[in-house]
Amino acid sequence: MIEIPFINLAVIYPEIAIFTASVIVLLVDLFMKGEKQGTLSTITMLGFAAAAIIASRQWFHFETGFSDALIADNFALVFKLLFCAAGVLTLFLSVHYLNREKIFRGEYFFLILSSTVGMMILASANELITAFLGLEVMSVPLYLLAGYDKKKLLSNEAALKYFLMGAFASGILIYGIAFVYGNLGTTNFDEIYRALQGKTLYGEPLLLLGLGLILIGFSFKTAFVPFHSWVPDVYVGTPTPATAFFSIAPKAAGFAILFRLLFKAFAPMMPDITGILWVLAVLTMFAGNLIAIAQRNIKRMLAYSSIAHAGYILIALTTGTADGAKAAILYLLAYTAMNVGAFGIVILLGREGEKDLSIAGYSGLSRRHPIAAAAMALFMFSLAGIPPTAGFIGKFYIFRGAVSAGFIWLAILGVVNSLISVYYYLRVIVIMYMKPEAESDRVITYPLSLMVAIILAAWGTVQIGIFPNSWLNLVRDSVSGFF
Amino acid sequence: MIEAYFPIFVLFIFALITPVVMLLIPKIVAKREPTPIKDAAYECGIPAEGDARERFPIKFYLIAILFLLFDLEAVFLYPWAYIYKKLGLFGLIEMGVFITILLVGYIYVIKKGALKWQ
Amino acid sequence: MATLEHYLILSAILFCIGVFGLLSRRNAVGILMSIELMFNSANINFVAFSKFINPDILTGQIFSVFVIAIAAAEAAVGLAIVVLLYRNFDIVNIDKINFMKW
Repeated sequence: MIEIPFINLAVIYPEIAIFTASVIVLLVDLFMKGEKQGTLSTITMLGFAAAAIIASRQWFHFETGFSDALIADNFALVFKLLFCAAGVLTLFLSVHYLNREKIFRGEYFFLILSSTVGMMILASANELITAFLGLEVMSVPLYLLAGYDKKKLLSNEAALKYFLMGAFASGILIYGIAFVYGNLGTTNFDEIYRALQGKTLYGEPLLLLGLGLILIGFSFKTAFVPFHSWVPDVYVGTPTPATAFFSIAPKAAGFAILFRLLFKAFAPMMPDITGILWVLAVLTMFAGNLIAIAQRNIKRMLAYSSIAHAGYILIALTTGTADGAKAAILYLLAYTAMNVGAFGIVILLGREGEKDLSIAGYSGLSRRHPIAAAAMALFMFSLAGIPPTAGFIGKFYIFRGAVSAGFIWLAILGVVNSLISVYYYLRVIVIMYMKPEAESDRVITYPLSLMVAIILAAWGTVQIGIFPNSWLNLVRDSVSGFF
Repeated sequence: MIEAYFPIFVLFIFALITPVVMLLIPKIVAKREPTPIKDAAYECGIPAEGDARERFPIKFYLIAILFLLFDLEAVFLYPWAYIYKKLGLFGLIEMGVFITILLVGYIYVIKKGALKWQ
Repeated sequence: MATLEHYLILSAILFCIGVFGLLSRRNAVGILMSIELMFNSANINFVAFSKFINPDILTGQIFSVFVIAIAAAEAAVGLAIVVLLYRNFDIVNIDKINFMKW
């Protein structure tokens, strides 16, 4: 008999729940006749709910399994919960949109679910090949989601661009992993940490090459400047609810694996890497914010703003401290709430065929649709980081973490960037409230599902902003055992 | 200092001369008697039919993609089959789960009509 | 006798051909083939490292099997997207796919 490796299925219970839901969705979609959108979205919702409940019950259990390839510590679990929340919110955003654009098909839910499985694997990966598998399981459905509106040329273009960039990044990443494996003889994070003791990054050419390629690969996926060129085109061409999903969940997953990789496996090399991350953070923030100013299309503006927000989180990554990790998780939670809200309003104000996406078209919105305008103003304030919103709390803890870790210049540049970003976020508010009403035959209906998403997002934005204490406790617990 | 670059200069000359010579030799040496039969494409000895750069119907792509996907799963079956006896019941269950998941994909393919040829 | 260096150089050449093809090819199918080359160069590395560094443990070889499967999935999705573009809009040349400008 062969000795069977230690498998602990408990590690992947949330993944199993979501995967099962995805298979059921696929089969129900095949065999059910008539109206099935309600049934399919209910199954999807149940899958996310089950995964979230399982993940929250594993809190502080620190399960490991599959020969230590997967680990379900609090850090992984908080990300799993974040993905479930992002998935549910995306679902609420999607229902109305899919009907309006007449592009409903059951595969939509399947793609979101299976992509979430990949993100969860990525968040709990404790080994490079598992991380690569998770990344691919996450990315492949996302390529299809980008091209989901297959009759439309822009959607097709988005899918092709996303696929080419993604596959290119995967190729670079796996080549880098091969070199790290060659130099250290292992891909397990704990063993990498042990093998790195007494080595310097610049004394090991293979390791330097490998780590560099791995960082580039993940930088493509999380869209750091200068690896961001695909983002605006993909975000514009993709159906809007899927864009909201793109801007939150895969980004969070990318950061989850980067934190685990750099803070755990390559921790001994962190002093050498900090300089690279510093430059990346500054470039990402400046490029994202400065180009966002010039945008006239709201989706394109949000695309560049999402690049800039990745830059803020990179500051937290650069610090290399527990405070940085905590601030990053808090920021990702806040960012999820406010970005879902902003995209929700974009969907609410849009019309069939993805029309009415220009920022100028929002002029005078406050008079005819005061509720929508007020909600949009809230999300814009939060994205700009103005108190008392979630965005402010997130930015505050990131900059404080940077200062206390000695990165004062980085914090100053971050603050400068937040000031730049205020310009284009507030411009939306000014156009909505100060400009005369545009000639528009815009009719807004307030569909229930979309309103639920927007209200949940607004609640999250205000809740994190005004009562941050319980959220701070959450993020404090979530890094316990990680450092 | 300049002398140090001499090998590179030699290499450059060689790189220039080699392709020119290789292109010139057949021009000088080879005999040229083109006939229609010599110019025809070789197609297993039978007379060629039509142009080789013909466009294939797009449905071949679909079948090819599906073949690629299901064929590659066999990669995972080989190592399993090799130590099947040693793995015992555990291996059987694991592979059962794997095949079941594949089966769902297969049902999807059939039901969507991807294998219908028309 | 082939040493580790030979395999690494081979894989580096393959990887560079892949990157070059990806950047210079106009035809979408050619780009897909270039991506496949990049994945396979990593596979060569994995198998070579596995053989020369730790021949008793097959980790590297198993990894390459996973990478092959992933590469197949990527190729299938990529090909599907390209076929869709060709079917709906009669495009295979990716230079023509440039409808969005910033």
